[in-house]
Amino acid sequence: MIEQFEPTIIGFTCNWCSYRAADLAGTARLKYPPNIRLIRLMCSGRLDPTFVLQAFALGADGVMLTGCHPGECHYIEQNYKALRRYMLLQRLLAQMGIEPERLKLVWASAAEGAKFAEEVTRFVEQIRALGPLNWGDKVQVSSGKSQVTNDNEMQAPSPVTRPLPRRCPHEYQRQS
Amino acid sequence: MSTNGNHNKPKFAMYWAASCGGCEIAVLNIHEKILDMDANFDVVFWPVAMDAKYKDVEAMPDESILLTLFNGSIRNDENEHIAKLLRRKSKILVAFGSCACEGCVPALANLSSTREIFDAAYESVSTDNPEHLRPIPAYAMPEGEIRIPEFYPTIRTLDQVVQVDYYMPGCPPESHQIAAVIDLVVQVLQGKAELPPAGSVIGAFGSTVCDECKRTRDVKKIKSFARIQDFRPDPALCLLEQGILCSGPATRSGCGALCPLAGAPCVGCYGPANGALDYGARLLSAIASVIDSNDPEEIDTILDGIPDPAGSFYRFNLAGSVLHANRKAWN
Repeated sequence: MIEQFEPTIIGFTCNWCSYRAADLAGTARLKYPPNIRLIRLMCSGRLDPTFVLQAFALGADGVMLTGCHPGECHYIEQNYKALRRYMLLQRLLAQMGIEPERLKLVWASAAEGAKFAEEVTRFVEQIRALGPLNWGDKVQVSSGKSQVTNDNEMQAPSPVTRPLPRRCPHEYQRQS
Repeated sequence: MSTNGNHNKPKFAMYWAASCGGCEIAVLNIHEKILDMDANFDVVFWPVAMDAKYKDVEAMPDESILLTLFNGSIRNDENEHIAKLLRRKSKILVAFGSCACEGCVPALANLSSTREIFDAAYESVSTDNPEHLRPIPAYAMPEGEIRIPEFYPTIRTLDQVVQVDYYMPGCPPESHQIAAVIDLVVQVLQGKAELPPAGSVIGAFGSTVCDECKRTRDVKKIKSFARIQDFRPDPALCLLEQGILCSGPATRSGCGALCPLAGAPCVGCYGPANGALDYGARLLSAIASVIDSNDPEEIDTILDGIPDPAGSFYRFNLAGSVLHANRKAWN
């Protein structure tokens, strides 16, 4: 029997509606696949695109952004910012060889527990059909493939490491 | 310079890996400060400026070079070998310039597979290659095997290969910043100053280019993107407000906002400002939030004004970015 691919999905939810929708789905005992790991933000506008890239780079197969319906943002219009970032991110992901469908934006109000569960179920199936992304493995394993072992003591290239963000000297001073 | 023969002076080296040579010119562009450098350092290895062989460096004792400025990214096994060699031989290794810090323009090759890169280099219309020759890393000749450096699937930054002590961003780093760093090192040698903490960015500041830019700023609301050749931009107003894709909001300060002040948008050569893990994501976030539309269809039309998001947002930063490369670069 072939084991079914279980995608890992990171979901970013907004504190005021979509997180409540997920909550409602839970209290209503609606079933949706456990593949999604929810991270609560205060607003979909809080979503730094870095979060999405980092999720993919660290092994997520799909990322779902959720927020309040247009016009209903707790912070007036930040969900529109999320929409614009999402649309631009999809274009960027396509250029990086990541299917834009791996990133999904869903509007869900606090009352839409059923819609939330349904969207998650559909997204998991969509990602399952796309297959694993395995970005982390790619960056770790095959950033080089040198077989050279001559007298210059060359070794196979080391994997790409990710150094921490760099800071200026004065920032260090401020911290210490 | 090394012919001065004063072997008590601390040793200095500079190397270029995958780079254009502009960093070397920037160093020479510090004018008479170069004399200070000569007075305080014994230049032992600098392929652009003097004759030296790799085996000379290999023969040096470990950590015998005080300061090495390494510019260029890691494209092939020769680059990697010299990076590791100079790491071993140097006390202070500085990733010098955008290529060594974050990949720079050469790293845009990470958007393509090795095959596509070779096709562009060896089979394009401007290339005369009737026999369809391609580089072969190792080739057996009657006299023995001969080798050329092996091409890696992706470009890496210096700190993805060896540990780096300091980062000096810029394409190239501004000469006044180089002079300031050399001043600092000379003062450290004389016991008048201390080195900054390891891993810090030198020769630049922590804020953004916008902070240094003297153009007036009001409210950014972009209805369409334009390029500077399309119209005559207002010489005093923020370029981004005029719809020109300017990288100022995400880019580290330190250059004095030269490009925007000259009427050209910032392209981001000083890399991510403090706190930005991924330069492109930071810039994308800033640009998307100032687009003045809430209608998906209209947003789509406005975004068509950025025909190459990856090239625009990661022009100097792809190798150092979170995703590092296009998926096909590995396949």
